[in-house]
Amino acid sequence: MPLSGSTYVGLLSANLPSRWLSVRRSWRGLAAFAKAAFALAGLAVFGAVHAQTTAPLPVAEVAPGVFVHQGRHEENSVDNAGDIANIGFVVGERCVAVVDSGGTPAIGRALLAAIRQRTALPVCYVVNTHMHPDHVLGNAAFVDPAGSVRFVGSIRLPAALSARTAVYQSAISLSTGEPCACTGGEGSEAAALEARPVPPDLLVDGEMSLDLGGRALHLRSWPTAHTDNDLTVFDEATATLWLGDLLFEERIPVVDGSLRGWLAVLGELRTLPARHVVPGHGALDLRWPDALVPMERYLNGLVVEVRTALRARKSLAETVDAADPAQLTGWKLAEEYHRRNVTAAYVELEWED
Amino acid sequence: MERRQFLLGSAVLVPTWGFGLARADDDQPTPEWDQLREQLFSGRPIATDGPALPILEAPARAADAATVPLALRSPFDQSASRYVKTLFLVIDRNPTPLAAIFHFTPESGRAEVETRVRVEQYTFVRAIAELNDGSLHLASSFVKAAGGCSAPAGKDPAAAAANLGQLRLRAEAALEEGPRRARLMIRHPNTSGLAMDQLTRFYAKPHFVRELNILYRGQPVLKAELTFAISENPDFSFRFLPGSGGELEARVVDTENLSFTSRVQVGGTGGG
Ligand SMILES: [Zn+2]
Repeated sequence: MPLSGSTYVGLLSANLPSRWLSVRRSWRGLAAFAKAAFALAGLAVFGAVHAQTTAPLPVAEVAPGVFVHQGRHEENSVDNAGDIANIGFVVGERCVAVVDSGGTPAIGRALLAAIRQRTALPVCYVVNTHMHPDHVLGNAAFVDPAGSVRFVGSIRLPAALSARTAVYQSAISLSTGEPCACTGGEGSEAAALEARPVPPDLLVDGEMSLDLGGRALHLRSWPTAHTDNDLTVFDEATATLWLGDLLFEERIPVVDGSLRGWLAVLGELRTLPARHVVPGHGALDLRWPDALVPMERYLNGLVVEVRTALRARKSLAETVDAADPAQLTGWKLAEEYHRRNVTAAYVELEWED
Repeated sequence: MERRQFLLGSAVLVPTWGFGLARADDDQPTPEWDQLREQLFSGRPIATDGPALPILEAPARAADAATVPLALRSPFDQSASRYVKTLFLVIDRNPTPLAAIFHFTPESGRAEVETRVRVEQYTFVRAIAELNDGSLHLASSFVKAAGGCSAPAGKDPAAAAANLGQLRLRAEAALEEGPRRARLMIRHPNTSGLAMDQLTRFYAKPHFVRELNILYRGQPVLKAELTFAISENPDFSFRFLPGSGGELEARVVDTENLSFTSRVQVGGTGGG
């Protein structure tokens, strides 16, 4: 008996991306960015003006010249304006390097105001530890029309940002009070335009050092772990290691790269000689390398949970349904993220054996 | 406005994580569905009640926007006189609402597919069964998007590209009479081409698996026409009738016209 074949092939192939662009609002928004992107360089002036009027973000000096703001353990919301990640800056003799910029341009501007409270030196680098919106969407506050600010990230960061632009615009419209496409709203064009992620123009493939004037930052890109574009920053002067989301404390880790890759990277990180560490989320006075232990335990637990399900021939749906975040009492936001981690672990580990 | 009110209502109706069956109150029209329904079925009646409705299993909330497991199942075994000819998978608010079309024969045993899809926004997911008598039957389910605005993008596109074209085809052990389960795993980035490179301002070319043919002893069991709504590393479970044993074959073609084939020997029922 022949299959009924391709009666509907016309409809499927009519669904080519060029056509879709005119169909879905979010993708139409994406096209609008292409046109408006660089016209928005004016944002820098905008940012500078706001720096004088925006309340500075509270920061702690975790080591001489190293300032960090601790984000809240919450999802993006109107209340927190995307202030959910640890972000901060390092002050050299010539200029300042920002390490992660926060979840909205407003948080970026508040960080800039905090910098201005402590130094008049210019910002010369904005380093992004990885692609997630709570770490990159404040970049717009630091854009400088003269191009004297370099945006720095892993060589794999631009592609990762591109693939997520539309969704991140939704994330920002959520945290600025605009309806969010993630929750079924449409978001405003203005909020979406401002949410345009500013991509890096200085890419790290392996290792790179930045000179802040008498102060060196050593950057290192890592194989796929938390994401495929993780970058660490080591401040030589104080032996402070910024780990980005390679380290979560208190807030449940999110596997958005490779579970086994992350465990392997943790093994290497553990050997780095750091006096202070800055996690992407969590406390700023952690002992090193003991700070890695709870996260390693959680990730290893995920491996065991999912391998057991795979051996029992459980489907992805069955495995996710059986996952029990309530047992993870030590982690905040487990209810929101544990099932996602089980999903990521399953699709990675199912190719083993 | 109307839609937002409705969404709030659904949040109350669908409070759990469970992978539930579609409920009658899930069957709500949307502009996307109205348009697609007209294009696909132009005014033909579609039953939303009765014994022939397909079973649609979907999570009430997507745990990961990039990988949402779905199952579409016919409630009855295929026979020469009564069988599901086609299952349509529709995801109303995706950039590609028509996500996949699966064609079956009486030899398929039972019309059934489990797969994984990308879901970016709060949306209805729909399974429409077309029977050999031409009748249409619809099941719908509402899926809330993942928290934290999780993106439907691949996690490690370089790894997916490096392994592109690896297939794994397996039939389950013969535990019972009747249609046997089998699964095809495909290593493929299955990318949309909708993401613009921020530096070059170019859109990547879409590259996804567009067609899948499953044959058993040379006879068609399942043919699928697919889009990038299917997740990275496309995965399909389905049924077939093993009879006295034979060769199960999967042929996969992507949008670059790369084709991949995998074959596996299957024992008959009771024969091991
Ligand atoms: Zn992160």
